[in-house]
Amino acid sequence: MLRSWLYLGPLLFALSLPRGAYGQTLTAADTPNDHGKSITLSWTNPGPGTHVDQFNLFRSISSIGPFESTAVLKGEAHEYVDACEDLTNGTPYYYKIIARIESGDFEYPVAGPVVPEGQWFHTGKTVVLVFAVAFSFLVLLMIQRAREGRELYVRPIAGIDAVDEAIGRATEMGRPILFIPGISEASEVATIAAFTILGRVAQRTAEYQTRLVVPNVYATVMIIAQEVVKSAYLNAGRPDAYDEKDIFYVTSEQFPFTAAVNGLMLREKPATNFYLGKFYAESLILAETGFQAGSMQIAGTDELTQIPFFVAACDYTLMGEELYAASAYLSKDPLQLGTLKGQDIAKLIIVLVLLLGIIATTFGSDIVTKLLSIRL
Amino acid sequence: MKKQLPVFLTFICAFLLTVQYFVPHRSFEQIYEVSNIWLQIIGVFSIFLGITSLVTMHVRKIRHRQRQWQYSFITLGGLFAMVAAGLIPALEQRGSYEWLYDHILNPISATMFSLLAFFIASAAFRAFRARSAIATILLLAAVFVMLGRVPLGDRMSHGLFPAIADWLLNVPNVAAKRAILIGVGLGEASMALRVMLGIERSYMAGE
Amino acid sequence: MRGFLAKVSQLDRRVIFLLMAVAVIIPLLFPAKLSVKVTPESKKVFDLVESLQPGDLFLLDMDYGPDTMAELEPMTYAIMRHAHRRGARLICMCLAATGVSLIESEIRTVAEERGMEYGRDYGYLGYRPYPAAVILSMGQDIRQSFPIDYYGTRLDSLPIFRNVKNYRDFKFVLSVNATSGVDAWIMYGKERYNFPLAIGVTAVMAADYYNYLQSGQIVGILGGLKGAAEYETLLGEGERATIWMNIQSICHLLIVVLIIIGNIAFMAGKKDQS
Repeated sequence: MLRSWLYLGPLLFALSLPRGAYGQTLTAADTPNDHGKSITLSWTNPGPGTHVDQFNLFRSISSIGPFESTAVLKGEAHEYVDACEDLTNGTPYYYKIIARIESGDFEYPVAGPVVPEGQWFHTGKTVVLVFAVAFSFLVLLMIQRAREGRELYVRPIAGIDAVDEAIGRATEMGRPILFIPGISEASEVATIAAFTILGRVAQRTAEYQTRLVVPNVYATVMIIAQEVVKSAYLNAGRPDAYDEKDIFYVTSEQFPFTAAVNGLMLREKPATNFYLGKFYAESLILAETGFQAGSMQIAGTDELTQIPFFVAACDYTLMGEELYAASAYLSKDPLQLGTLKGQDIAKLIIVLVLLLGIIATTFGSDIVTKLLSIRL
Repeated sequence: MKKQLPVFLTFICAFLLTVQYFVPHRSFEQIYEVSNIWLQIIGVFSIFLGITSLVTMHVRKIRHRQRQWQYSFITLGGLFAMVAAGLIPALEQRGSYEWLYDHILNPISATMFSLLAFFIASAAFRAFRARSAIATILLLAAVFVMLGRVPLGDRMSHGLFPAIADWLLNVPNVAAKRAILIGVGLGEASMALRVMLGIERSYMAGE
Repeated sequence: MRGFLAKVSQLDRRVIFLLMAVAVIIPLLFPAKLSVKVTPESKKVFDLVESLQPGDLFLLDMDYGPDTMAELEPMTYAIMRHAHRRGARLICMCLAATGVSLIESEIRTVAEERGMEYGRDYGYLGYRPYPAAVILSMGQDIRQSFPIDYYGTRLDSLPIFRNVKNYRDFKFVLSVNATSGVDAWIMYGKERYNFPLAIGVTAVMAADYYNYLQSGQIVGILGGLKGAAEYETLLGEGERATIWMNIQSICHLLIVVLIIIGNIAFMAGKKDQS
């Protein structure tokens, strides 16, 4: 910061240098909101209506040179971002530009010094920060309220209510339960939500002594799934019934995985199939095969394109955020319910802001859009 | 300690990665780069665990003569054949790995995906029934989009079906998807916050 | 009649499968070429490539495998031919494990057809796992994820890669994608590094990305075979997608007819019950 002020004097001096006959200027400034490896240059035309063939841009660490060529630009260009990983933070740089015009070369006065520096906050993302902080505050507030013992209502989710029925059906039929925690990685929020429901399902299968089969696309997901099921069996007091090999890895490829699971469905004829997590084009192939195998099917995904397929082919479908809400709904834990409530209030605020934006835009004002826009 | 350390590590990682989104400075970029490299390394090593699980399961299936155990030989054979073909240096312009890829994996994958066409037809026949007013609207929308997205529909209706299909895709479809997306986005943020604060621990078996 | 409708209502799925197979095979044996109406979202992708000047460089990401090849390959061919016609250079890459060899053979086909020289007119980076991590690292330096190209050559030894550091060196990025990697390109690529991004996706995925189009986060969308056929129409070259679109026409028509028949049978059954 101090260094920037030290260079302000020479900068002002450089700007006061004699300019070309038409008042042509070249200005150089540190690019805002970057990691400190770029300088933004802008310049005026050499003269009114003058046709420029090209601009040659030069950079130096001294006002007297030597200058090295950094870019050759088209005649229409009036701005350039000199982004170069070789630029050193804190070092002053000088620029000059030569315009190639019909009558020869026209050299602009040297611009600089300009010091590239990385910023500690991206001002273009202020809106995101404000919303993130407000949302977190809201969620924490609601958690606090839930802790104080206030009752928070969560509407019934049919797909989750059907879990016990589905497990009971499998027990009666003496057939296994198939649980697919999506085909995405463990870091996906949808997969994390699937683990919660898997824990609940595993606890019930342990109690009812029903076999639970969990094929996986990723080994990392498999390891977590094994831990979740193992822990559930322990909680149910049936650690002996846990079979690690029923939670297995198939392949990391979408359609070979689908083929393997389809084969499993047709061989084992599971009483119930759970498809919870991220699903893509394989959703309908899986659900249709499950239907053919006569299984009861419960699906849930946040992948919008696949929701209609699941709705068409499954008995129950958790749509979008219902999948995330499942863990709070299942556990009835005040901490989890609090986050759910915070989420609802945030949604209400978004709807109000949207309405405000619609009204403002309808009446020709872009104040809301401007206020909420993100600059990258 | 077994409970607290993972929660603490999760919090630190999540916090740093959240902060780096707002900080363009080089030092935070480096944190991000390092975390990405770690992600790739862990991912690659986890493949070994996966292969171990796959082999164990199929060997067990063969040993216990479980139902259709013969197919397990094909699975294991396919796995080792592809690995071997990848390791053998190509003797001709396109090696044995490419041959296996072109003549086995390629047609199998294409066949699997093409099953969708048959399953969509069967699911549509079974599920698209005008049971109620809303189901009828859904049915009509599907018919217009299906006919509007192909040249035959355009010719049959003199441009009417494509116009309706475009409107359906650009207006009600986008509106509904945005609404679900906002919900999903908030749900994800809320879940992320729960994981970050250690409220949601299902990923570590509810420890 | 009632008995017939009741039977139709319970139609065996294998009959439907057979009808679908016939609907695919017949138009394949007798190809027809109906004109395709160009949509604005496809035109925008075409205009983006059309804006390239000789020597301009763009990144063509192709994340699909043999499964979705039928839908996406025609658009890849059309885009590459268009780029060659504009005299532009392109760097290709693949973030789908099963697509690496397929993409290589597709690139080679067009390159051989148009006399494009490897390392000068085009380059192929090959595959790296974890799309999001790769997309992010390429924003810093493409060498972080790809120190060598698909053939094992060091990037700096080939002229096309020599002055390329990150996304800033490309005019735009075009991702032909059948994976969830599209979201990674939008969220981690475009949103973080702010470059013009256009996408080509399967028809079922296309509906998901219209909101990104409206918000200006992507420049244009090529949606499945239809998008490819529109591109071919604009390019005035190639007819693969256009012919295949007619197969799709017949299939869509069959599904519509099946839905109508299913509903007639359903209504009749309901009347009987009441």
